Amino acid sequence: MRKEDFELLSKILKERSGLVLSEDKVYLLESRLTPIARKKGMETLDDLINEIRLRRKEDLLREVTDAMTTNESFFFRDNTPFDLFKEDVLPALMKNRANKRLRIWCAAASTGQEPYSLGIILKEMETQLSGWKIEIIGTDLSQDVLDKAKAGIYSQFEVQRGLPIKLLMKYFTQAGEMWQISEDIRNMVTYKPYNLLDSFGMLGKFDVIFCRNVLIYFHQDTKADVLNRLREQMPEDGTLFLGAAETVLGLTDKFKPVSGKRGLYKTSEYMTQALKAG
Amino acid sequence: MKSCLVVDDSKVIRKVARRILEELDFDIREAVDGQDALNACHDMLPDVVLLDWNMPVMNGLDFLKALRASDGGDKPVVVFCTTENDMSHISAAISAGADEYIMKPFDREIIESKFSQVGLI
Repeated sequence: MRKEDFELLSKILKERSGLVLSEDKVYLLESRLTPIARKKGMETLDDLINEIRLRRKEDLLREVTDAMTTNESFFFRDNTPFDLFKEDVLPALMKNRANKRLRIWCAAASTGQEPYSLGIILKEMETQLSGWKIEIIGTDLSQDVLDKAKAGIYSQFEVQRGLPIKLLMKYFTQAGEMWQISEDIRNMVTYKPYNLLDSFGMLGKFDVIFCRNVLIYFHQDTKADVLNRLREQMPEDGTLFLGAAETVLGLTDKFKPVSGKRGLYKTSEYMTQALKAG
Repeated sequence: MKSCLVVDDSKVIRKVARRILEELDFDIREAVDGQDALNACHDMLPDVVLLDWNMPVMNGLDFLKALRASDGGDKPVVVFCTTENDMSHISAAISAGADEYIMKPFDREIIESKFSQVGLI
């Protein structure tokens, strides 16, 4: 790929999604964008790039951005955050929310595995949670992945990554070669397209925010900005989950990691008070 | 080191499974059908059995039932690994005492994910 082509694409992706593409990711551009070129009846990726350069058509730019920002996801990915949510975060919230309302945000919902994993956990605790009103909002930049999330239909490969067989039996039905998650669980999640670079004001406050494995694609200053704005979307005792390879260190003072609870972050105010309380 | 008995009539599948599981630090024995697997279990019970369904002599489900009925046979973790991918087969396997179920084709990630769910990794 020519240098000016790479620069054009990486500039578009940075502007539209915050995605930072280093030059060693040329192969990713080629492998993900060539199918789009083919679909449009073009011979090569170069033709697609020329089309982008000449016309900058909105739907083509969106399609390109979607293709580059979509990531593979699986049910109960990394296990630990879901265990912590169930055994640590949720019991505390059940004690501290007299109005019996909870709002959870999956900020990089992708094809739905993360919000549905949370939905399954909550469904399994139905008895303890009777009388509670719990909202799960799943957002993603890409409308395509959200359409897939809403349908809740997964391949045999996808339902075998992270999902115990007994939960598959309980919450999925087979449709040919595919598996669909039950309507019960689907109805627990509301999906909206949302760009993490945009203002979060519209979304309201959340008790728990999952923002895993998406900041890694951003520049340092974008990461810091997103983290600072996520803080504004939660009360002082809110909880943030980041991916296993992510950190707030050197990015923001608004969140602190909780020792022994990998990937779980609390607000600085909360941690200061917890420290005082001993 | 945990021990795994790989039961499959296909030499290719046994080889692929062995390679993946050895990388995950399992000590591997192989059996070519259910009867062969029962004999292997009588010699020494493994920590886990990776079990095909359709095999000559004795199929996987019959092996599982015989294993669970035998002395100490409730101990090994049994993970089915089969092309049978419909709900009725899955239910039959779980009712007979299987702990997990892998639908072929599988890859390293699926084996790893399933083995970690049953606490083997």
